[in-house]
Amino acid sequence: MTAPPHPAERTARPRGLTRWTPLLAVPAAFVAAGALIAAVGDDPLATYGLLLGSALSWPDGIGYTLFYATPLVCTGLAVAVAFRAGLFNVGAEGQLIVAALAAAAVGVAGSRWAAAGWLLAPLAALAALAAITAGAAWGAMAGVLRARFGAHEVVTTILLNFIAAALAAWCTQAGLREPGDPVLESAPIAAGAHLARLGGWLPGLPARIPLNLAFPAALAAGALVYLLLWRTRWGFELRAVGASPAAAAYGGISAGRQVIVAMALSGGLAALAGINEVLGFRYRYFHGFSPGYGFTGIAVALLGRNRPAGVVAAAIFFGAMVRGGLFVGIFSDHVSRDLVMVLEGLVILFVAALRRPLARWSPGSARSAEAPPAPAPGAAADPGGGAA
Amino acid sequence: MSRTAAAFLALSTVRMATPLILAALGGLYSERSGVVNVALEGMMLAGAFTAAVVTHLTGSPWLGLAAALAAGLAVALVHAVAAVTCGADQVVSGLAINVLFLGLPPLLSGALFASTGETPPLARAELLPRAPVVAAFALVPATAWVLRRTRFGLRLRAAGENPAAAAAAGLSVARLRYAAVLLSGALAAAGGAYLSIGQASLFTRNMTAGRGFIALAALISGRWRPLPTMVACLLFGLAEAIAIQMQGAAALPAQLVQILPYAATLVVLAGLIGRSPAPRALGQPLGDDGGAPGATW
Repeated sequence: MTAPPHPAERTARPRGLTRWTPLLAVPAAFVAAGALIAAVGDDPLATYGLLLGSALSWPDGIGYTLFYATPLVCTGLAVAVAFRAGLFNVGAEGQLIVAALAAAAVGVAGSRWAAAGWLLAPLAALAALAAITAGAAWGAMAGVLRARFGAHEVVTTILLNFIAAALAAWCTQAGLREPGDPVLESAPIAAGAHLARLGGWLPGLPARIPLNLAFPAALAAGALVYLLLWRTRWGFELRAVGASPAAAAYGGISAGRQVIVAMALSGGLAALAGINEVLGFRYRYFHGFSPGYGFTGIAVALLGRNRPAGVVAAAIFFGAMVRGGLFVGIFSDHVSRDLVMVLEGLVILFVAALRRPLARWSPGSARSAEAPPAPAPGAAADPGGGAA
Repeated sequence: MSRTAAAFLALSTVRMATPLILAALGGLYSERSGVVNVALEGMMLAGAFTAAVVTHLTGSPWLGLAAALAAGLAVALVHAVAAVTCGADQVVSGLAINVLFLGLPPLLSGALFASTGETPPLARAELLPRAPVVAAFALVPATAWVLRRTRFGLRLRAAGENPAAAAAAGLSVARLRYAAVLLSGALAAAGGAYLSIGQASLFTRNMTAGRGFIALAALISGRWRPLPTMVACLLFGLAEAIAIQMQGAAALPAQLVQILPYAATLVVLAGLIGRSPAPRALGQPLGDDGGAPGATW
């Protein structure tokens, strides 16, 4: 099976100018997309003005931006954690779908058995727990396929995405749907499972904006990830396996188990996005609700350099783009909201392409592209270095 | 099963397998030269979209096919520049292309045809005849021959197995990899074109539905060799054909049946692979001397 090409490079210490990669990649992407906008007949500056203006207004712009950012924080964290373990989790999409389904299933069960009042109290927590378990299990599947059979997680997670979507459609159709409902969605969940909106609590923020408890929960998850990965021994082992499995094995760390646990953690984080959608916004499972949160999470993780703080910042940036993209789609003559996906792809592309050139280009130092000191014997020499 | 049903299933399998074979062969060239190519999906979408648009505008599916090849080359060029020249993480740059082509065709389609992502449907006469199916299967032994018996094939394999030695022998590994990636773009785009103007009669948003990844899985299952890869593609084509037939028979719910091709791919990936002999330098960016960097693991 093809070894993932240099996962160490995805999480290596910034050398040379690589720490500025996001700051260069984003404007480059905007310029490239701007040329595209001009080509289809709209004014790039006007389009971008609309994009940013609608995203940053108060309260609606910022409120919705943070709301759209919530699932991106979750999937961004999911992908980042996997990257740190040396894995490429492209399956956040499927993981959040099964999680959303699980949450909806518990919520709908709660409403159908409302007579059993004892269910109502911890229903939101139960639904969230079900969601996280489902997402973690879905992620762990890919982890097992990788650890036991050597099947590359890029391919398996993508296949699992398709399977998750089909499975969720069937479950909704077969069990969760309200009779007579033409839309492929579940019945509404019980009121006890709803997550409170932040609108009623924060001054100036109206309750009609769907920003809800899932947002602070996502931020808390980010803090948790930081503590787990950078402040515990287990997290250190995980990152060691990601940086160099050979060195980690030499140090006695079992790569196989870490892979499965990392994918499970990743799936559990992605699940929060499903929780935001089902328990905090739509209050039901709506098939097709995700406009590619899982894939955007990859861009978020890359832009945030796989660190929780960076992920949150990048997620808010992309949330702003989703918000702005909707407005662009509605008010532009020729450009649709697919522009956001194009921008995402360009950002990922530029981040990937600029990394090495920037690593080499450090002013004033002839040895700027040297490898960082190897952590242990047998560790892979850094590929950004000059010829051995 | 009656004989007509079996014949129909066989024909259906061949038709379903054709885009997979084209894309998988494209991936084979790229990966044998050492460049991971997960962008097959995006290249197929580019080809499918371009073929549909140009065929609609000109009325000729052959012009559409030619345009699709050009589009595939263009997309592959982007991947090649990022992966070979810039030394980007090849999986990431490939994925970037896939994301890009989830959004770019609907964007252009919306601008050109004021649609929500589809191109206008084509008339029967404007579709590709069966020739691409035959061509796809003919390309399999052709590829095997190219790889084994031509100088280009030998050099390509050298670039993938031991770029340092190849560079020392005077080959331009970068140029070989560029050629391989461009070839993969053209082939994958041809596969996509067959989807939109050969099987269907229009382009719909994300119409490849993961076929690029299934092709990649077929390539890996086939251990990067043309003939086993073709067999794997036929297997996946069979799964797709069965899924389509079962949808009509309503034996199982439609959505569950749709899982079949993907689940089959997973099983194959998990079961058949073991330690596959990938090209040794697969995925490694070039070092400064034109060969592989010192790192291996």
